Amino acid sequence: MAPGVTVVTHDHSAAHADRLEPSLTPGNLGKLGMWTFLAGDAMIFGAAIAAYGALRINNPNWPVPADYLGITTPAVMTFILICSSFTMVEALDGVQHGKQSKFQMFMALTVLGGLLFLGMQAFEWHRLIAEKGMSVQRDLFDATFFILTGFHGCHVFGGVMYNGVLLIRAMMGKIPQAKAGLVEVAGLYWQFVGLVWILIFTFIYLI
Amino acid sequence: MTTQAAISGYEADHSGPNYIAVFIYLAILTAIELGVYAMGLPQAVKVGLLIGLAFANAVLVAMYFMHLAMEKKALALIAIVPVVLVTFLCFMLLPDVTTRMWTKTYHKIGEKNPAEMEENPVAPPPQQVPQH
Repeated sequence: MAPGVTVVTHDHSAAHADRLEPSLTPGNLGKLGMWTFLAGDAMIFGAAIAAYGALRINNPNWPVPADYLGITTPAVMTFILICSSFTMVEALDGVQHGKQSKFQMFMALTVLGGLLFLGMQAFEWHRLIAEKGMSVQRDLFDATFFILTGFHGCHVFGGVMYNGVLLIRAMMGKIPQAKAGLVEVAGLYWQFVGLVWILIFTFIYLI
Repeated sequence: MTTQAAISGYEADHSGPNYIAVFIYLAILTAIELGVYAMGLPQAVKVGLLIGLAFANAVLVAMYFMHLAMEKKALALIAIVPVVLVTFLCFMLLPDVTTRMWTKTYHKIGEKNPAEMEENPVAPPPQQVPQH
């Protein structure tokens, strides 16, 4: 190097890093992943409900759903799902504050709420098939009803499994306060399932 | 204390939302939905009210049970994307909804359009001439 020449070095990596968003960490990756999944899932439900609306508007013979399907059981199912949404956030509150007994009790109630919902849906489907002769092949009204409520029911079943596994792991002492993030991510899924049911209940039964 | 502050509980303490208040709001909104259904309102009013109430319920769940109100705004952006896209989808379905009624009176390929036939009858119906 020639004498008198000063070499100025830049820390390129540090300057580059300043311009980037903070890296994903295990602490926020689960939440971000679940939100991204839910956004995609919401698109499927949104598209299905929009398609239902388009089919229904075009069909002058569409029955008034609540008169045909009955409103009592789905109203009770809605209330059960709202209750289980509440017990889920209480379970999260419990594990976040290190209250294992509160966490496990409310988690068990959440699973119970999901099972009750599924049981009532099975009862309702059986009644409609046996008494009204409804079938997914009969007409568009039946097909859209079974597809929308069935797809949502699959989500509830998945949520019951998800929450059930968390409950079992909690009872084995494997979900301490430090792992509350696991419950928060599961809670996002469960709340989403409840949120979608509120929309399905309105669009499929009430309107 | 504002309603939002009452729900979020931020003025009372910083421990998080008041979940019981949110639960009660959800139950009340659902009960109002059932009331709107049972009142026998005109269809357009009923549909508007029910959709509004259902979305109010959904927003309450997302904001407080899914903690969007307390999260960074970037997460709310992810949540809002499907709402915007489904709104677009509804508009994309409009041609189907509006033209389906139109095609109901449309003629089959190879046949004359009955609507045109009414306007421009090809031949007058045969009239019987009275016999004397």
